[in-house]
Amino acid sequence: MIYWQIFLAFFIPGILGYGGGPASIPLVENEVVDRYQWMNHQEFSEMIALANALPGPIATKMAGYVGYMEGGIFGSAVGLFATVAPSLILMIALLSLILKHKDSPKVKRMSNYVRPAIAVLMGILTYDFFFDSFHDIGGWQTFGIALISLLLLEKWKVHPVYVISGAIVYGAFFLS
Amino acid sequence: MKYLNIFIAFFRSGILGYGGGPSSIPLVYDEVVKRYKWMDDEDFSDVLALGNTLPGPIATKMAGYIGYRVGGIVGMLVALIATILPTAVLLILFLTVLQAYKDIAWVNGISKAVVPVVGVMMGVLTWDFIKKSKGYFGWLMTTVLVIVSLIVLQVLSIHPGILIAGLLAAALLKKSKQADENLNKKVKTS
Repeated sequence: MIYWQIFLAFFIPGILGYGGGPASIPLVENEVVDRYQWMNHQEFSEMIALANALPGPIATKMAGYVGYMEGGIFGSAVGLFATVAPSLILMIALLSLILKHKDSPKVKRMSNYVRPAIAVLMGILTYDFFFDSFHDIGGWQTFGIALISLLLLEKWKVHPVYVISGAIVYGAFFLS
Repeated sequence: MKYLNIFIAFFRSGILGYGGGPSSIPLVYDEVVKRYKWMDDEDFSDVLALGNTLPGPIATKMAGYIGYRVGGIVGMLVALIATILPTAVLLILFLTVLQAYKDIAWVNGISKAVVPVVGVMMGVLTWDFIKKSKGYFGWLMTTVLVIVSLIVLQVLSIHPGILIAGLLAAALLKKSKQADENLNKKVKTS
């Protein structure tokens, strides 16, 4: 039962996430936090923070970790399989068919049409993160940390690893 | 030797790529086209375009497909393992350690401080997707689609899958506009 749930929780984001792994983050959140309640928002954002501080694809890091937490090594394998297999099988099986139609306007439209909906899902998740943080550490702390990380990441183009490491040090000293 | 090369190529592009799969694509390109010459430029961009028309993580689609072409089923598995396993294992290790000590005040402080940072990262990603939508639809249509999606998801509480399936159906069923066709021809001939 749990393995079937893990499969579904990652199969659905895997076949709906147009725009690569990062686009599937809010879809994974929808399953893992809202539907199955395996973690709360804070645990989910911790996972995203550490996943972003590490290299490699994000979707498989989430699937590997959540699968492991809920179902051990086998659960981890199920989560990874559900994330990777469906779209990869489609790609290998339908290769000639898709290559023939890859310039078709209809096929090109697909990811463009889905993008605004993914943006909204990401926006909702952004709101959830700030809402939780506001209630947890208050408006000033939340605003200060957010503003500084925004400047570091976007204006001064500091590597995310350093920004997250900075937040970790700040949190250990000033938010404990 | 072939499998070892496949492993090295995808291990390197996985472990050096920050910001998720899409940002590791240039690294995959370096390995697959420049270093090992398994594909030429045109082939690679075909596979990438193909991967982008399908849902799901892009890094594993590229790894799986290229691994399959170079070394069959075993090649595919080797490429996937090299892409996925090292970083997934690292994350599991880090987070289990963090969970084990979360009652300690300073570990708890860490968890609290990263939430706004992740919020900012997610916000930046959101803005990125909005800008890309604007580039395709223009501001008016993007705003309409955003508001409609918000209502569907938040007010009507409909599962995102149903919304996305609806948008995909619209993309496939809508008659092709002349503008789309012309653009398409231009892309083909260039």
